Order: sequence, then C-alpha cells, then structure tokens
Amino acid sequence: MAKLTIPAQELMYSGHAACPGCGASLSMRLLLKGLGPRTVLSLPACCWTVIGTPYPTTALGVAALDNPIEATGASISGIRAALDAMGQKDVNVVGFAGDGGTADIGLQALSGMLERRTNAIYVMYDNEAYMNTGVQRSGATPEGAWTTTTPTGHGAMGKPEPKKDVMGIVLAHHPVYAATLNPSFPEDFDKKVEKAREIVGSRFFHILAPCPPGWRFSSEQTIAMGRLATDTGVFPLYEVDHGVYRITRKTGELKPVAEYFKAQGRFNHLKAPDIEEIQLRVRADWQKLLALERGG
Amino acid sequence: MPKMVLSGNSAQAYAAKLARVQVASAYPITPQTSIVEKLADFVATGELKAEFVKVESEHSALQVVVSAAGMGARTYTASSSQGLLLMHELLHWAAGLRAPIVMGVVNRAVAPPWNIGADHTDTMSQRDTGWIQFYAESNQEVLDTVLIAFRLAEHPEIRLPVMVTEDAFYLSHTYEPVDVPDQSVVDKFLPPREPHAVLVPGVPSRLGSFTGPDRYVDFRYELSHAMDRVLKVLREVEDDYRRATGRHHGGPIATYRTEDADAILLTMGTATTTARGVVDDLRTAGHKVGLAKLRVFRPFPEDAVRRLAQSVDRIGVVDRSYCYGPRGAAASEVCASLYGGSSHPLVTSFLAGVGGRDVTPGEIRRMYEALLNGAGAETRWQDIAEEEVGADG
Repeated sequence: MAKLTIPAQELMYSGHAACPGCGASLSMRLLLKGLGPRTVLSLPACCWTVIGTPYPTTALGVAALDNPIEATGASISGIRAALDAMGQKDVNVVGFAGDGGTADIGLQALSGMLERRTNAIYVMYDNEAYMNTGVQRSGATPEGAWTTTTPTGHGAMGKPEPKKDVMGIVLAHHPVYAATLNPSFPEDFDKKVEKAREIVGSRFFHILAPCPPGWRFSSEQTIAMGRLATDTGVFPLYEVDHGVYRITRKTGELKPVAEYFKAQGRFNHLKAPDIEEIQLRVRADWQKLLALERGG
Repeated sequence: MPKMVLSGNSAQAYAAKLARVQVASAYPITPQTSIVEKLADFVATGELKAEFVKVESEHSALQVVVSAAGMGARTYTASSSQGLLLMHELLHWAAGLRAPIVMGVVNRAVAPPWNIGADHTDTMSQRDTGWIQFYAESNQEVLDTVLIAFRLAEHPEIRLPVMVTEDAFYLSHTYEPVDVPDQSVVDKFLPPREPHAVLVPGVPSRLGSFTGPDRYVDFRYELSHAMDRVLKVLREVEDDYRRATGRHHGGPIATYRTEDADAILLTMGTATTTARGVVDDLRTAGHKVGLAKLRVFRPFPEDAVRRLAQSVDRIGVVDRSYCYGPRGAAASEVCASLYGGSSHPLVTSFLAGVGGRDVTPGEIRRMYEALLNGAGAETRWQDIAEEEVGADG
C-alpha cells in the first residue's frame, strides 16, 4: 500500500457551494491540508466568495477576510503587517484569488506585494475565465477558447489573443519561490505547499483549476482534464526556488494537445490546423522550460 | 506639555505617533507627502514602533490598513484629492467592516484642471461612504482631533473609520505653535485598541462575506445606529480630552458671537479664522453678526444647526467646494436640517475659496453684507470675474 503523504486534516468542509467537479474547491482543500489551521486567507471577489458560503456560515476551517477583487496583494501585505506588529510569527498569510482578479484587475496589487517582499503566499487559482460572473474572458483565457465574451461562429474563433504569462510576470519580480500546481497531482501539489510553507518571503502559486461548466466538460472528468493539461505540456508542473527551475513532472513524450482540446466544449470549434499551431507552440514552450531547468 | 512649531502635516504625524499606531500605509500625493515622510522618519528612528507599508497606490494603502484593522491593529493612513478618490471603493469597505481606521486628509482640489490648492470637493465626494468627517481650523486642532478620532473610532458603540481633514497649504504647510501632549497623557486618554469582531489566527471565521437580502440590511441598519451615536459619544470623548489636556474645540459646531446675531456665517476649516476677525471688526462697527464653525460634517449635526437657527434670521453657509447641486454641500445639509425644525432662517449658499483661491477678509465681509442686505435663499459664487469666465466659455 502506498504511503499516505497528504495530511489527513480537513480544513474545508462539506456544505460548500461549489459546482460539482470544481477544480477551485479541490485546490482550496489541498492547499489548507498542507498549510494547516494557523492560516489567514484573503479572498477577493471570485468563485470562492460564493463557494465559502454566506454569512453567518463558513466552509473553511481557518480565518478568512474578504477584499475587493483587485486588492488581494495589498490585503495580504496588511494582514502580515498587523501580525508582525502584534508579534504573531507562526501564521501563514495567503491570498487566494482567481485568474481575473490576478492577471487582470489585481496585477498592480500583486506586483506591489511582490516588490515589497511581503512574507505571504499569493495563489492564483486559474480557471481561465471570469467563471463566477458566468464565463467571460480574462487575460488568462487561452487562445481559441470560447467564452461568453469571445463567442464562436460566423468566422469568430473564440479568444484571439494568447494567454497572459502570469508566471513570467511574477518571476520578473524574483520571488523566493514560485510554482505551478495542479490538483490532479495531489502529491506534487502538497509537496509544493509544504515546501513553500517553510520559506519566508513572497511566494506564488499558479494553480490550474479545471471548471466543468466553463470549459464545457462533464463534472466527473475534472481530474482527467487536469492530468491531460499537464501531460500534454499545456500546463507543465515546475517550481522556481530562489531562481532555480525544476520541472516536477516529466513523462517522457508529451501527449498530443489534441487530446486535451477535443475533450472540452470550449475548444469544439477549433480545426486540426488550429490545434496543430497550438501544438507547435506548446512543444516550443516545453523546450524553453527544459532549457531553463538546465540553467540556460 | 512641550510646545512645538508644527505644520498641519507634522501635527498629523505626531498625533499618529502619540496614538501608537501599529500599522500605517500610504502613497505619496501633494500636499500630503510630508505626513508620510515624517511617519517614515518616526518608524526609521524607532520613535514609533509600527509597520509602515509603502504601497503602489492609494487603493492599496487603504486596503493594507483595512486588512490590518481586520486583524485587530490600530491603523492610520493619509491622502488627498485624486488619491482619496481612488480610495473610494475601499472607503466603503472600511466602514462596512467597521474598521476603526483614522485617515488624515489634506483637502485639495480635484482635476481637471489640475490644481493642488485647498478645496473640500475631495472629501465632500466621500460623504456617503460611512466615514466620520472632521474639518480642522488650526494645526492644534489637527493634532487634538486625530487623537480624539482614534478614541471615537474604536469606541465600542461606534467602531467606524474617521477622516480628519485640513486645508491644503493653509494648514498642511503652514507652521504654528502646537501643544504636543506628553505620551503618558495620551496613553491614559487612548489605551490600546480593544479588538472587536476581528480575525484571530486559528479560529475559523470570516469577515466581510456575502449575504442575501435577508441579512444585508441588518448590517446597514446597525451601521446607521452607530453613526447616530457618534455625536453623543464625541461629547464624552471631548470632555475626556479636555480633562487630559485642557483643550476643547467646541463640539460639532463651535459658535462665536452668535448671541443676538442678525446674520451668521457657517464656515469649515481655515476660512473660519479669517471670518472670526471679520466678525470682530463688524461687531465693532455695530453690526450684529456671528460665526459658526462646522467641525463635524458626518454625521451632520442636525440638532446643533436647529439650535443655531432659533436665534437668527439669516444664515450664510460657506462651502469651499463645488458639488454639482443647486447649492453647496454643507448648505444643502443645513437646509435639510432646518426643514421640519421650528425655525426657518433664510439660507444663502456661498461658494468661496474653490481650488485654493484665498478667502479674504474682504470676501467674508461681502458675504456678511449680502446677508445683512437681504440676500435670498440662493447660491452665490464669490470672487468671480464674470467677464473673464465668459471669455473661456
């Protein structure tokens, strides 16, 4: 029997309001397992505003503060400053923001927090669109994806622009630790959380959070979808620890991206040549990542 | 009690230090910058043991102190004009979370056109955000009011954020002798914050989560009651402050020679000092005029206005702002307060000193003359050269 490495403690409870198969709720569950109860969360407007359940209930076993959508970076700086001023050293401070609240409207506050070297973990859980408001495109929506504001048909091919490179933006601030996480690989996920927990300084997680209603796949397929994202190279798993790259999942040959794209309704309209173009780019990005890992 | 020569901005910073602020955060904007610089010095030299978070915007500055206050810390920030406007969203958050933040605001004109002169439009635009608003006349009043503001903000019956404003340059960059109370006096007047409804690490809880129509209104209703209690609690706090320091600035409306007056001007901020001199001159010349200084704009002191109205037929309200209405912001409040009261003096709305234009003794004198000569319930822009305005359309 395999050794159980993921903490048994549960700090996210049943009764939450997530959709079936929600990657964001799985991500929260795994994150809190790794961080433990002495964690203070800052939650901007995002799916988790609702998932966490309304006043006076909460689905979270930790203290959580709500903040407006664009201010998560500042909020965690404020929480940490208060804890420092009051002499409380053993607390994890975590901002848990969506991709819109991070890559778009929250980018300034994130940059400020990273530049200030705030001792906190900023999490972008990335479901690749404004899902809480009903699937509008964000800067993190991938090229070609259908959303309600990047429709298809009549020659329209979904979002025309490529996905914003948030990890690249974050790494340009030289945080002590940044990593990509995927709840479909819980052991890797937990290892990164527990590692980051012990580091002092600004830390960043980019979590891929598959979204059945937004990506148009059946809710029992969430884990499979996350696995495909990584094993096709669309969402590689890696960490940058004090500037040193390490890819944390390698499976030899990448699977064809077509397997990932054909499994989701949001990419239904893409034709073989479109997917081939994406395939070339994913391969090139993977090679770049390998080179970064080699120190190149 | 040492007397120091301080600018209004230094008075803000000294008061924040005396209040033993635990977390401060700010973004620089003219003419607020010397508050930030002084605070940075206090923290760097260890005179103030606080976390000073330097941020990339005013929006983030207010979020930092909102979140820090949500953890139980005593917090302070300062801003002005455009910066305050950028904070607007967070102003609502601060009040909604019942965060007892104190903010120094240097009243400055709002663009366009760019202008850094004294003007109350910035704070008047924030009157509906749930913040208590004080307007100060002198640097002494700035320092005293910031200390009073912390006691008021953290009072268990209130728990609301407070703005303490000062006129750009007339106070912010003008030096006056200021009595700075000893730390021991302030410590006794203002003990450490007793946190209420804050987050505690390790305790599952949530601050600021969403509610449906079934609960939302309850929060607003409670907030309105807290606001209703402010003037009563302020009376107690200011009495305490007088016991501690010997100083009292006259409650929400401080009157000067209003007894038997035929006409009263109601002013805010530094225009008051000028008007006081004019009142003396006019009284000497035999004119029965008086002055009322409006110190608290939110909550608006309706009862005090009604009391003032009982003894006078004409009130002129001097607004150092323009708020796109039929009359000045304070004049509108005065009119609304009088409606339903037993006494109905005519209220003339004077708009003066907008964008840093000096409110001169001559201008004040002309306002009194207009009142005494029977100005109606109208709005008058003071000190405008019509022919020049016409040239620009």
